[in-house]
Amino acid sequence: MYVAVKGGERAIDNAHRLLEQKRRGDPAVPELTLEQISEQLALACDRVMAEGSLYDRELAALAVKQARGDLVEAIFLVRAYRTTLPRFGASEPIDTGAMEIRRRISAAFKDLPGGQVLGPTFDYTHRLLDTTLGESPSPRLRGEGRERSERGEGDSPHSRAPGDPPSPGAFGADLSAQAGRGESSAMPRVTDILGNDGLIEPCPPGEADAPVGDLTRAPLTFPAARDLRLQNLARGDEGFLLALGYSTQRGYGRTHPFAGEIRLGEVEVEFMAEEVGFAVPLGAITVTECQMINQFHGSSTEPPQFTRGYGLAFGHCERKVMAMALVDRALRADDLGEERKGPAQNEEFVLSHSDNVQATGFVEHLKLPHYVDFQSELVLIRRMRAEIAAAGETQREAAE
Amino acid sequence: MNAPAYNFAYLDEQTKRMIRRAILKAIAIPGYQVPFASREMPMPYGWGTGGVQVTASILGPDDVLKVIDQGSDDTTNAVSIRKFFAKTAGVRTTTRTGEASIIQTRHRIPETPLTEDQILVFQVPIPEPLRFLEPRETETRRMHALADYGLMHVKLYEDIARHGHIATTYAYPVKVDGRYVMDPSPTPKFDNPKMDDFAALQLFGAGREKRIYAIPPHTNVVSLDFEDHPFEPSRTPKSCALCGADDTYLDEVVTDDKGGRLFVCSDSDYCEERRGAEQAK
Repeated sequence: MYVAVKGGERAIDNAHRLLEQKRRGDPAVPELTLEQISEQLALACDRVMAEGSLYDRELAALAVKQARGDLVEAIFLVRAYRTTLPRFGASEPIDTGAMEIRRRISAAFKDLPGGQVLGPTFDYTHRLLDTTLGESPSPRLRGEGRERSERGEGDSPHSRAPGDPPSPGAFGADLSAQAGRGESSAMPRVTDILGNDGLIEPCPPGEADAPVGDLTRAPLTFPAARDLRLQNLARGDEGFLLALGYSTQRGYGRTHPFAGEIRLGEVEVEFMAEEVGFAVPLGAITVTECQMINQFHGSSTEPPQFTRGYGLAFGHCERKVMAMALVDRALRADDLGEERKGPAQNEEFVLSHSDNVQATGFVEHLKLPHYVDFQSELVLIRRMRAEIAAAGETQREAAE
Repeated sequence: MNAPAYNFAYLDEQTKRMIRRAILKAIAIPGYQVPFASREMPMPYGWGTGGVQVTASILGPDDVLKVIDQGSDDTTNAVSIRKFFAKTAGVRTTTRTGEASIIQTRHRIPETPLTEDQILVFQVPIPEPLRFLEPRETETRRMHALADYGLMHVKLYEDIARHGHIATTYAYPVKVDGRYVMDPSPTPKFDNPKMDDFAALQLFGAGREKRIYAIPPHTNVVSLDFEDHPFEPSRTPKSCALCGADDTYLDEVVTDDKGGRLFVCSDSDYCEERRGAEQAK
């Protein structure tokens, strides 16, 4: 005799206990610390901060640990926490032109003021598995660690309170000594250099006092203003943007891009405190910025000039901001009078599906029971099959 | 990283006010989808975040909450949501339909008729009834504004022409108060007639899609159909193996791999009450 399924509550509790065990893994293996995750899986933390849209390395590291390395799950954890935080207001716009540069490259010019700074990059590494990293502790890194601590950089990077922005050189920031430049001198943006000659469209002037849109506080409507579009893309899933950006390169809404400039480094965040009447520095954050330079043939009203695609995100996430810049530019098709031919140019399609927390929730909700709806489909399909079978029977009888 | 102290029913009061405003607007314009600034919730999108936000916004300390999924209180996600409110709001919960002041549901309307003193909150995955006919939100909003529902009727007509039936068995579109075409959420069409002149307030929350809509008590709700192909609610033509009801929506249970099947009430509370009454006799 069938007994209605009971005990869902106990099953859930047991499943979560089992999950906790699995998360920890073999207890004989030392447990990961948040410092280890933040320092050694830094790019995972960067992605969680960027797509979780919360700049807090320690919470990002915690989320990566709790999510067992599942970054979309970690992003979700951070988002669910972020949404409970009070909003004090919007910061002053950050000035990436005044960035403390760790990496800066341009694919458009061989050399330029400030030079090319490779910084910490996977580029030009040969992707050969380095078996020495498997040894513990890695012999190569032991020496470096000593050097680091001699410079006093290894000192308790976790003394800050959660929520405080990290200071460069402390939590997760290793300044670009290996890039061959210590102090960063003036590094004008490549797009500004082009802009001086009028060869690239001017950056749309920002209105300092205009309210900043926030899609986490108001539902997104279409067409979306550029601030909301960029916010959406900055929070958007790296893989989704990567595929869309790639599709534009393969002809689905081609934009003829050049990587005008990619820069990585620390910028000051300032907040205008009404009480004191001036902008108060809150601290520094690490961001990656990409400015794509795209071809444009000109129109009846505009002379031929280059156009822009823009990408910016927390932390070191070059792939993300490059893809973001490609998609941003592709989404400007209507503004620039271009025919919309590819999915990357379809604003509603892109912005409605870019969020991986939404996407994973809805895709994975298919795991929830649907047997009521499935039953109603069964009723219909059985009835339709019976009708067809009956009709076939009638035809056969008629033929005989 | 101290454990954050959360407000009653998790959401902060400003957010609740914003959602209540959306709910009031939704009640004032029955069947109209009101955009609202849906929050990220500590459960995944698509798992009832819209319903949870609506419930959190209307819940008071004296309320008694019932949560069902597929008609049953024991399904895993119903258990999870009930626990969420027991934990964050400390309200009394129940599995008895008659005892609850708020019932949050996914995919069913209880078999027991509700009263004016109760509120039914639906979890909605895709609030837009026209979505699969026209994916662009910009277009569907225009179509609603102009009450331009020709596309929906063409779809239903084509179903009949092709299959001999309207091939929509759940999330069957309704017209509310003679104006807006509305998605009743993926309830089986068996439940559609219950929505008409329903005594309780019906609230619909779609978190991921950021929409809230409502049907006020005793509102006219009509399932779309044609004169020569009238709407017919469907159910498996069997009786419940547990309580014997022959007029309820049934779940099909596979009992073996030789075609063995059993049918039981999807509304587990209704089924239990009938069995209880039977035993009392």
